[in-house]
Amino acid sequence: MNSDLRELYQEVILDHSKAPRNFRFPEGANREAQGDNPLCGDNLTVKLILEGDAIVDIGFQGSGCAISQAAASTMTEMVKGMKLEDINAIFENYHAVVMGEAEVDEDLLGKLAVFAGVSEFPMRVKCATLSWHTMQHAIANDGDVVTTE
Amino acid sequence: MSGFDIDAIRSDFPALRQEVRGKQLIYLDSAATALKPQVVIDAVRQVYEHNCGNIHRAVHLPSQRATQGYEGTRKQVQAFLGAAKPSEIIFTSGTTQSINMVAQCHGRANLGAGDKVLITGLEHHSNIVPWQMICEEMGAQLVVAEIDDDGDVPLERIEAQLKAGGVKIVAFAHVSNALGTVLPAKEICAMARSHGAISVVDGAQAVPHMAPNVVDLGCDFYVFSGHKLFAPTGTGVLYGRFDVLGAMPPYQGGGDMIRSVSFEKTTYAELPNRLEAGTPNIAGVIGMGAALTYLGGLDMAAMQAHEEDLFRYTDESLRSIAGLRRVGTAKHSMGALSFFLDCAHPHDIGTIVDTEGVALRTGHHCAQPVMKAFGIPATARASLAFYNCRADVDALLASVRTVQEMFS
Ligand SMILES: Cc1ncc(COP(=O)(O)O)c(C=O)c1O
Repeated sequence: MNSDLRELYQEVILDHSKAPRNFRFPEGANREAQGDNPLCGDNLTVKLILEGDAIVDIGFQGSGCAISQAAASTMTEMVKGMKLEDINAIFENYHAVVMGEAEVDEDLLGKLAVFAGVSEFPMRVKCATLSWHTMQHAIANDGDVVTTE
Repeated sequence: MSGFDIDAIRSDFPALRQEVRGKQLIYLDSAATALKPQVVIDAVRQVYEHNCGNIHRAVHLPSQRATQGYEGTRKQVQAFLGAAKPSEIIFTSGTTQSINMVAQCHGRANLGAGDKVLITGLEHHSNIVPWQMICEEMGAQLVVAEIDDDGDVPLERIEAQLKAGGVKIVAFAHVSNALGTVLPAKEICAMARSHGAISVVDGAQAVPHMAPNVVDLGCDFYVFSGHKLFAPTGTGVLYGRFDVLGAMPPYQGGGDMIRSVSFEKTTYAELPNRLEAGTPNIAGVIGMGAALTYLGGLDMAAMQAHEEDLFRYTDESLRSIAGLRRVGTAKHSMGALSFFLDCAHPHDIGTIVDTEGVALRTGHHCAQPVMKAFGIPATARASLAFYNCRADVDALLASVRTVQEMFS
């Protein structure tokens, strides 16, 4: 099998896509947003509890490809309990990595480093970032549906 | 297969002689856009190298050659569609523009409050949205003959909508891009006419597989895109029956579509120029002529037999895979085969088979209502052209198995 492909569909990604973590809405969520990828029909809803400047709980539901499901799953696992400014720093590196514009900062990304393989597949960048954009909208709580277009 | 030398045919298409991601390209996305034979590519280059002039305008030789090439294609399209006159053929930028022209020009002149436009549940967005827009503007209503579980549109559903009254326009796909369903165009056009409605046939997915005869079909409008017919992108055709087309107000104003212009009053040119304002895609249209010449040189009956055989082979091969479900199982189908896997999302299928060199389309195929009718967000779609062969299908199958292994 093609090595780029093996890079893309690593064990971690397959595992998270088959058994997504935090695939539920937290009780008492005070922020939410919906995200769509019109190109492939992916859609997901992110709900979270924001207290002060930290996310104390977060979950998502929706349907999509393995990359988008795994991205949402790993994102919720990662950011739960984190401060917004730390989340932003992670997303900045994550986004640049999947776009092929930066190297992985291991300290920041941890497990999310597995998404580096996405950079070889430009058509899939949106799959890897939809949940993150949706979460950002939920935090801003502007009520709009996020689209990747 | 007699009369149809697949190896010779394949060698006419330079795009087939390439590797992608280190693998031989297996092109199964002709419904999105078809590959071009070398003669089409050469014809376009010839225009820019030797016959580069504007049409209908100058007396110099390059302009004359360009005009002859452009108008020559009009006659070829007339013959291809079996139309009565060349002036019934209008060149557009594609199916989308053709449908928008009918909606905006014929629709605006003929639709009123309470009138209806009837479409089917199979339509591509470009045969939905233009009608929605004009209906909203005119206070008319868009009504739909829904698809059944096979992705077919039972004629009774169309008839029921027509019998309810008020339908002025019936617009439908001759062949569905998402599912491959072939609709009985002749019967639908006759039904429309008997209820006083005009018919608009979206032939985008039909013309790559057959030469429709618009007189025999009895349609008022027939539209298609050049790029799906092995011709350059940015070309398309709007056929209209002379009386209906002639009654259509101009779409755009500008050069080439006038008889005389003064600041007080402009009089319009006759068909077809009246509906072709501005400098068109001259090289593209001439390329379309080359594509039609190429198709004319093939044994159509043998080509159709080859395609039918390949369609059946693809269908049977896909069905032999456990965990794969075919979507769109109408008895009369051609060209496109949609499916999904229990284990993997279509988007993942697309990426994985791409690394094996297999070009598939995944997504909603600009037909979200079709996806909704089946309760799925997307499918993977293999679409066939006459240059495909069994080996392409075998490669598809092998790559689908790779997907299953990966996700099992
Ligand atoms: C059935 C059908 N109608 C309309 C269109 C739109 O064609 P174009 O994008 O060339 O205007 C397509 C193209 O996918 C199609 O398959």
